[in-house]
Amino acid sequence: MSYVDLHDEDETLFRPIYETSKSFYIAVVVLTGVFLFGLGCYIHQLLYGLGATGMDEPVSWAFYIVDFVFFIGISHAGTLISAILRLSKAEWRRPITRMAEVITGIVLAIGGLHPVIDLGRPDRILHLFERGRLQSPLLWDLTSVTAYFTASTIYLYIPMIPDIALLRDRGGKLQNLYKILAWGYKGTPKQKHALEKAINILMVMVIPIAISVHTIIAWIFGMTLQPGWHSTIFGPYFVVGAIYSGIAALVIVMIAFRKLYHFEDYLKEIHFQYLGTLLLVVSLLWTYFTFAEYLTTFYGHEPAEMRVFDYKFIGAYWPYFWLMVLVNFVMPVIILSNKKTKTIKGILVASIGVVIGMWLERLIIIIPTLANPRLPYPTGMYTPSITELGIAAAATSAFILGFMGFSKIFPLISIWETKEGRESSVHEVSMRLREYLPGHPEEAKVEASVKAEL
Amino acid sequence: MPKYGMVIDLNKCTSCQACVTACKVENNVQIVSEDDAQHGRAMFWMKMLTMEFDGDYPNIKPKTLPRNCMQCDEPSCIKVCPVRATYIREDGIVAQIYPQCIGCRYCMANCPYTVKVFNWDRQAQPKEVEKTYNPDVSVRPKGIVEKCTFCVHRLQDASEKAKAEHRELEPGDYVPACVEACPVDAITFGDLDDKKSDVSVASRDYRAFGLLEELGTVPKVRYLNAIE
Repeated sequence: MSYVDLHDEDETLFRPIYETSKSFYIAVVVLTGVFLFGLGCYIHQLLYGLGATGMDEPVSWAFYIVDFVFFIGISHAGTLISAILRLSKAEWRRPITRMAEVITGIVLAIGGLHPVIDLGRPDRILHLFERGRLQSPLLWDLTSVTAYFTASTIYLYIPMIPDIALLRDRGGKLQNLYKILAWGYKGTPKQKHALEKAINILMVMVIPIAISVHTIIAWIFGMTLQPGWHSTIFGPYFVVGAIYSGIAALVIVMIAFRKLYHFEDYLKEIHFQYLGTLLLVVSLLWTYFTFAEYLTTFYGHEPAEMRVFDYKFIGAYWPYFWLMVLVNFVMPVIILSNKKTKTIKGILVASIGVVIGMWLERLIIIIPTLANPRLPYPTGMYTPSITELGIAAAATSAFILGFMGFSKIFPLISIWETKEGRESSVHEVSMRLREYLPGHPEEAKVEASVKAEL
Repeated sequence: MPKYGMVIDLNKCTSCQACVTACKVENNVQIVSEDDAQHGRAMFWMKMLTMEFDGDYPNIKPKTLPRNCMQCDEPSCIKVCPVRATYIREDGIVAQIYPQCIGCRYCMANCPYTVKVFNWDRQAQPKEVEKTYNPDVSVRPKGIVEKCTFCVHRLQDASEKAKAEHRELEPGDYVPACVEACPVDAITFGDLDDKKSDVSVASRDYRAFGLLEELGTVPKVRYLNAIE
């Protein structure tokens, strides 16, 4: 039986796995080229040392650490958002959660590698396990990132089992792989119950882990004595920023793959409207944190702090700072709070702005502090070298390649959850709504009225 | 157990940079290429900082300050090191274990005095330099962090010598290279815990101050303020 003979209600969702367009291959070739260039850059750096980068003294952390914080921030798209939406029983989550979780998995692997790329002696990486000091925030970070990676890949995999079983039952391509991964799932009530239980446990567990990850990344900076870093607000500030960039990245990926794989019927305008609202709320929250952080610094007016402050506001970094304010606050708030501009296109523009803005935010937090040490030191402008740019480009293309590769093996939108939504949640939601109202709803009556409505 | 410290008299210091050179030679600190040096990668364990410029051009009076590792009693570098590549010894010296360093540069980011230097790459040294390497100090490979150790190898040497001669280590047996090289004796070195030692007396002078000591790092290198 070939796949053409199969006609599922949700055939659109299966199609990308079996049909590949020419432009897809072209994209793969281009992205692989970029990735290989970046790999070459890294090999050059391995042979030559970190001298191949643009880093110097006192700017001894730069692009790699910026990208590390940025990518790990993006990873909060997924798991956190999908867990919160699942937990709050938001019905519109069904076509979104899978993509969000995939982003997390891929981006976390890429982001997690960045500190290793940044090491002067990657050959000694095992020292972290042999004689790691738990008093160092870097070790906390290692622990939390690996915990998050483990938890989020399991959280991606478990809700995928029924879909893998569907693919296995279709036969054809990669059957052996699906057979192993489906774990003998047949959709019996007992299996369904176990699956639901596992998902419930995981989604509750994943939220504190996700929050801890970015808090600890913030603490790498917050725990130091340096002006501009030593701030108690950093933990929550970074978490909000992470969720902010995460939602924006999720929106971009959703819109891109909606167009590419014709998911218009599944990812509707309403989904983007809701995500847009979420983005607006987080945008305001982020602005509030930023304002609180800088106002406190300015009002205190400590000389060392003010050197960093001035460097950002009117010094060498003013273009980046004010661009960040523009794309992270002004633009999204205007676009998303206006009904006329809050269209899919508008939300896409706002999201691209936010991703750029959040990258700039990481840059603005890390470099000005290092460039303005407490003692008078020749301060220079840091400029990244080709090696650093190449590796950043490679990391981005690795992300896109990973996502594209995933879409060729597994469905990007959860099929069983879509079916479940169609079959049982209409009834469930009406039942829940009736329960909010005064009086005692009778199940039979509700069912009858739902049937009548449908 | 003594607690080693240093007091630098800014009244005596002429900014001649003899200490800077002596330190560089003594500790086999890498000489980087001209390109790298212009890029801000020159490596100095002892560095002459220009703190401020007094007066107007052309009558400028720069105020300088020789700055090595402050050998803090509460070092911020040690706190953050993930692999214990830097640690504080019983005698108060903040030492480095080069083979342990993974090159994450967290200590550099957290040192308020910016004393740590990184081997961005390893370049061929001039032949004359290679001939005069100090055999007591290991040459560091690329990719690791280093800094002033109060010439701890000299302490080792001195204590071994004293042991061989069946006597206690005496003050003056062990002094770092910068102290030895200073032509105007601006740097005093010794045991801070010995209340009668020169360095201890100097450290309690009314002119004495510690760099950025308000941060709570408790630096064991102190300065005597320059007074006209």
